[in-house]
Amino acid sequence: MTEPAIRVENVSMMFHMHSEKIDNLKEYVIRVLRHKVKYTEFWALQDISFEVARGERLGVLGFNGAGKSTLLKVIAGVMKPTTGVVEISGVVAPLLELGAGFDMNYSGRENIFLYGATMGFSRAYIKERYEEIIAFSELKDFIDAPVKNYSSGMRARLGFSIATAVEPEVLIVDEVLSVGDAKFRAKSEKKIQSMFDRGVTVLFVSHNTPQVRKLCNRAILLDHGKIIAQGAADEVCNLYDTMVKK
Amino acid sequence: MFLKELRDYRYLLREIVAKNIKIQYRNSVLGVFWTLLQPLLTTLVLVFIFGKLFKPDPSVINYPIYVLCGRLLYEFYSQSTKRAMRSVTGSASVLKKVRVPKYIYPLSNIISNFITFLISLVVLVGFIVYFSLLKSPSNPPPSLTWYALLSPVPLLVLFLLSTGVGLILSTLAVFFKDVEYLYDVFCLLLFYSTPVFYTLKRLNGDGIMLLCLKANPLYHIVEMFRDCVLRGQLFSYISLLYALGFSLVLLLLGGLLFWKKQDRFILYI
Repeated sequence: MTEPAIRVENVSMMFHMHSEKIDNLKEYVIRVLRHKVKYTEFWALQDISFEVARGERLGVLGFNGAGKSTLLKVIAGVMKPTTGVVEISGVVAPLLELGAGFDMNYSGRENIFLYGATMGFSRAYIKERYEEIIAFSELKDFIDAPVKNYSSGMRARLGFSIATAVEPEVLIVDEVLSVGDAKFRAKSEKKIQSMFDRGVTVLFVSHNTPQVRKLCNRAILLDHGKIIAQGAADEVCNLYDTMVKK
Repeated sequence: MFLKELRDYRYLLREIVAKNIKIQYRNSVLGVFWTLLQPLLTTLVLVFIFGKLFKPDPSVINYPIYVLCGRLLYEFYSQSTKRAMRSVTGSASVLKKVRVPKYIYPLSNIISNFITFLISLVVLVGFIVYFSLLKSPSNPPPSLTWYALLSPVPLLVLFLLSTGVGLILSTLAVFFKDVEYLYDVFCLLLFYSTPVFYTLKRLNGDGIMLLCLKANPLYHIVEMFRDCVLRGQLFSYISLLYALGFSLVLLLLGGLLFWKKQDRFILYI
C-alpha cells in the first residue's frame, strides 16, 4: 500500500478564550501590572486521527462550531496544532474562500501570477496555464481591469480557475461549489469531477449532505472537536441527517 | 530549512516586491518620477528653511548634498520599517487561508522600498553633477574620490538594520495594535535626533546628550555615507563596526522573535 495523501495523527487544537480581547500595549501593561491576564482554555479539536488515501474523497460533516474550519486550517498548514502532526504529500490547493490571495488594486492578469506564486508556483509554470485560466474564468474582456472592480462572482470564478488549473494533488474544498451563477456552477462541478477522475485527493467540508453523498466516498462526522463517526459517506450522512432532525 | 523555504517561495517574494513597487505609483500621473521628485522637493524645503533662515555649519562642504544624503537614508529607514510593520497584519486575508512563509511579507516590503530608494539615488547623482558644474563658492562641489565606491557599504548596513527592525515591529504589531502609533512618534524623534539637517558639532548639548545621539546607529550610517559621497574620505571603522554590530544584533533578535511567535500570528490577525 502506498503512503496516504493526508495523515492526521492525534491532532488537538487549544485556544485561549480571553474574557476580553487584549490587543493593545496599554491594556496589556495594565493587566500584567494587576495580574489579570485571565483566560479559559477551549479545545476546538481533541485527539483527531485519520488518514486519507491517495485518490480518496473525504467529506467532513458537523454542526457549526464542531471544529470543521479549524481542522481544515490545520490541514492546510495555516494553523499549527497544539499537539499532534499533520503530514501531506503532494501539492495542496486550498479552495477555502476563493480569491483570498488577491490584491484589489491589481488587475486580473497580475493577480493570476500573484495567486499562483502564493501557492508556490513559478511565473513560467503559471504562464503555461495562463490561457486556460482566462478561458475557464470567462473573464477575457476584464482581465486588465483591477480586481476591485470585479463583482464577487467574477472574483470567485477567477480564484476557482487558478486553483484548479495548477493540477493539485490534494484539494481542500470549503463549500465553494456554489461559485457564480448556475452556468458556471455546472462547469465547475464538471471540472471538479474531471479532477476526481484524474485521482485527486479531496477533503470536502459541507453541511450539504446530498453534495457529500454525490462527491465523497468516505466521510467523518465531527462534534465538539471529536470524531464521533467515520465510514462510508452514505452511512455518515444518514447519521448526520438523523442528528439534524433531533 | 529557512533557505530551502526561501528558494521554494522566491517567486512569491519577487511577485510581492514587484507588486509593491507597481501599486505605489499606479494611480499617479508622474508614476515612478515621484521617487525622484519627492526627495528633491523635501530636500529643497529643508535646505530653504535650515540653510537660509538658520545659518548652517560652515564646515559642511555642500549643505544641499549634506541634507539630501541624510534625508534619503532616513526616509528609506522610516518608510521601509513602517511598511514592514503593517505587512503581516495587512496580509491577514492571505495568511488565514494559505500556508506561506510569513517572513516573506516584512522582507518583501523592505526589499521593494530598498529598490525605490536605490532609484531615488539618481537625485543625489543629479545634485553632485549640478554642483560640480556650477562651481558656486557658497556651495562648492563635493570632493569625489575613489572612496565613493565604498558607498554601498553603509547602504547594506542600513538594509540589515531595517530588516531587523521590520521583523521586530511586524511581530509586535500583530499582538499590539497601538505599536503603530507609538512607532510614528518614535520616528519623529529619530528624525530630529539624526543629524539630517544639522551637524553634531554645532549642538551645544552636554556630553551625555551627545553620547545618546551617537548611540543612534542611523547617525553612523548617514555619516559613513556622507564620508563616501560628500567628503571623499574613508569612514571610520569604529562607525562601521558599531552600526554593523547594532544591525546584526537587531536582525538576530528580530529573526528569533518572529520565528518564535509566528505560529500564533493567525490567532491575532
